[in-house]
Amino acid sequence: MKASQTGIFKTTTWSPGPGCHGGCGVLAHIKDGKLVKIEGDPDHPMNQGRLCARALAMTQYIDHPDRLRSPVKRVGKRGEGKWEEISWDEALDLIEAKMKKIREDYGPESMVFNVGTGRDIYAWISLLAYAYGSPNIMFGLTGQACYGPRLAAVITVQGDFAVFDAAQWFPERFAHPGYKVPECMIIWGYNIHATCPDNLFGHWIIDLMKKGTKIICIDPRLSWFASRSKYHLRLRPGSDSALVMGFLNVIISEDLHDKQFLENWTNGAHLVRKDTGKLLREKDLVKDGAEGNFAAWDPNRGKAVVWDTTEVAFRDKEVKPAISGEWEVGLHDGRKVLCRTVWDVFREEVGRYPLSEVEKITGVPAKDIHDAAVFYAKAKPAAIHWGVAVDMTPALTPLVTGITALWGLTGNLDIPGGNVFARFAFDVVPYALPGTKGAIRLKSKELDEPRIGSKKFMPLNKFYWRCQTDMTLDQIFTEDPYPIKGMWIQTAGIMQGLGMDPKKWKAALEKLDFVVAVDVFHTPTTQYADVVLPAGTFLEKDSFRSWWVPLQTINKVMTVEGCRPDVEINFELARRFDPDFKFDTVHDLYDDILKPSGMTFEELQAKGGRAYPPDGSSSCPYLRHERGLLRADKKPGFRTQTGRFELYSTLREEWDLEPIPHHEEPPFTPVSRPDLAKDYPLILSTGRRSPAFFHTEHRNIPWLRDIDPDPTAEIHPLTAGRNGIGNGEWIWIENWMGRARYKAKLTPVVPEWMVMAAHGWWFPEKKAAEPSLYGMWESNINQLIPMNEQGKDGMGAPIKHSMCRVYKCKPEEVNHE
Amino acid sequence: MSKTPEFGLLIDYEYCTGCHTCQVACAQEHGWPAGMGGIRVNEIVQKLPHDKYYLTYLPFPTELCVLCKPRTRKGLDPACVQHCMARCMTFGPIEELARKMKEKPRMVLWVPK
Repeated sequence: MKASQTGIFKTTTWSPGPGCHGGCGVLAHIKDGKLVKIEGDPDHPMNQGRLCARALAMTQYIDHPDRLRSPVKRVGKRGEGKWEEISWDEALDLIEAKMKKIREDYGPESMVFNVGTGRDIYAWISLLAYAYGSPNIMFGLTGQACYGPRLAAVITVQGDFAVFDAAQWFPERFAHPGYKVPECMIIWGYNIHATCPDNLFGHWIIDLMKKGTKIICIDPRLSWFASRSKYHLRLRPGSDSALVMGFLNVIISEDLHDKQFLENWTNGAHLVRKDTGKLLREKDLVKDGAEGNFAAWDPNRGKAVVWDTTEVAFRDKEVKPAISGEWEVGLHDGRKVLCRTVWDVFREEVGRYPLSEVEKITGVPAKDIHDAAVFYAKAKPAAIHWGVAVDMTPALTPLVTGITALWGLTGNLDIPGGNVFARFAFDVVPYALPGTKGAIRLKSKELDEPRIGSKKFMPLNKFYWRCQTDMTLDQIFTEDPYPIKGMWIQTAGIMQGLGMDPKKWKAALEKLDFVVAVDVFHTPTTQYADVVLPAGTFLEKDSFRSWWVPLQTINKVMTVEGCRPDVEINFELARRFDPDFKFDTVHDLYDDILKPSGMTFEELQAKGGRAYPPDGSSSCPYLRHERGLLRADKKPGFRTQTGRFELYSTLREEWDLEPIPHHEEPPFTPVSRPDLAKDYPLILSTGRRSPAFFHTEHRNIPWLRDIDPDPTAEIHPLTAGRNGIGNGEWIWIENWMGRARYKAKLTPVVPEWMVMAAHGWWFPEKKAAEPSLYGMWESNINQLIPMNEQGKDGMGAPIKHSMCRVYKCKPEEVNHE
Repeated sequence: MSKTPEFGLLIDYEYCTGCHTCQVACAQEHGWPAGMGGIRVNEIVQKLPHDKYYLTYLPFPTELCVLCKPRTRKGLDPACVQHCMARCMTFGPIEELARKMKEKPRMVLWVPK
């Protein structure tokens, strides 16, 4: 190619750049080594030529004058904004020396590796942390309340995660024979503006609506979906779990559930002892019986029979167990105990939620709940898509397992147009996500011992190999049971976005001996680092993604002088920290991880950078539980302890947590805290997505900032009127923790009793140095949200439902720096 | 003297989600600075009886829209139409688009200057 010609190169988005969870195909137009244009790739099955505003703004991002183009070393105090450029060699040597010293003096677990959401980074931060020897990889959100907990909860009862089916598993997409368009879709706490959540292309739902899918929208806001829904269930934030129990109540009491699925694939027939309230296990029936085997009632034999979890079958042949009933069962010690089925216990719990009660808790009219539940249950197929609202509540597991039971009991699991198992393409698992074992791992189990929270919170022990965020923050101050001395922060905005109660995070960062941040731009967070390394965008790296289907390469199409891709930074340091590090190049590492696909990175690239798993593999639908495609032993069933879809979670019983879905009132609502409601009468919800930004990013990209220039709080016109607030006026949102400044947007899309404050706000155009910190202290809504309110299982936190009051800013508070 | 218009943009505003992709696609294609461009997305909250509301987004071609002549001459769609996430925009001859308007309601046909 001549220097003056424009070359067009294909690659795949996955942060940095658009920021999101990626996966879209793009055409990068490169001239003289520079990006001159970017477009959607019409040949890519995911986005089919479409592209979001953030990806289309890449030319303003990649050449941004503020972009970090050299490592920098802090020369002032933390937060003073004084930096000196240093070479990469100097930076890496300094980091190596400081981190090795921490490891020598305090042990590798004294270094915490902080990461943000869903980027092309989890594998590479795991690579670095594990090479260093630390198990403490921290997703910086309180209760880790985004996506991972939802995965862990679903996997606890179902063995694999599942997502709505838009035929994304097939290159021919909707033309795939056997694919069916969902007749109904429940959109649970998700706004289309996020566009690309959790590796799903949001606008696939629009494609489905055009093909006839009808929407049930569960959202306190009148969202775009709500406007176009058959049913809009406008629930009070934090009452989602009561609503799902109401749905289950309608479906079961009106006999709309799928009996075939219930009897053949769930543990509904397993027996629960009435004396202990726990599952009857083989060890109860037989001396030396297995703890891990369960029992059901065989009406033909008139006795309890053993469900063998190794065989994934009844030990006696041809058992047709009773799904409902109560029997006296003889134990091996001669005692007799009354037992009943899991299905009866489940129904009893569901029966505690009559619609009159659910209406009281949620605020949704009983008739609407009833009609929506019947519509969902009768629609064939029907799918559910959920947003982060389901994670952002402390009792997320009882909620998420309730929603999982909905798709299970209506027979919508892994069927065309239902909720379909989402597995890593070709089972290429780069790192440890919930339920997976990953190619990149710690050298020994012993190194995992000190992982913060892994002893206290069993989901973290079993499925979610990160440290517990709230406990980690506390441990920085208490140093108990061991001190935390350093933090590596990569693709994470702990000050301006991820961190609730950011003043506490600031104090924590100030206390640490050594902090490294890797980012594309300076942010409020980088101001608390000792060394900042400049990362490359997705256009500047070779990488791959196996996060579901298809398996794709990300292809390096250009370089930016001075910047390095995250993976290369981590690879180089991992090599320095681990004397046994076995890879010579990043491509060697990729080839090793890609082994299950039978392809090397170059071979995958040569195939056009994309491959779809064939039918018969575990990452290709449908009905994989029936075909023996989910479990390592190839037996039909699920990857759970029982091999069944667990309506009653065996693991949660073992963890002394409620095994069945139910509602728990969150800690800061008008119901749980009427005392606070006197002073803070409005429900504060946060995190409404913007089409222009990915969380804290893109405030410095002119085309994007133009779309959404100010931190906006949506307030109902009547509520605003009562508080003397006009449209576009600056207001304070305040509660017992603090206040934040927002521009009021008067709109009936929010109910009268709620304020929706956008999250992630800072102002790259303002001063970096404290006390301004890019204006972050003005409009960071996280100052009103606490740490340490995580759920009983260490996951989930009250981020989307707190309480507040609002009032107008004084004139002098409006235009200040 | 301006030529008689031949082409237009058909917007299916039932499906515009307000993602603003068209704005940035246009700005990139034509090099417009922030705040200018050939298309702007408007939010319209409609009050309906029984305390119901309906949220609509509507892309509007501004005085700067040239219907991407350099692209359409090559047989490509305008930048906004190609990238539209909701696939709610169609470019074509006015008569053809007017016929398409009979297929479903909630459509508007723009004929930029």
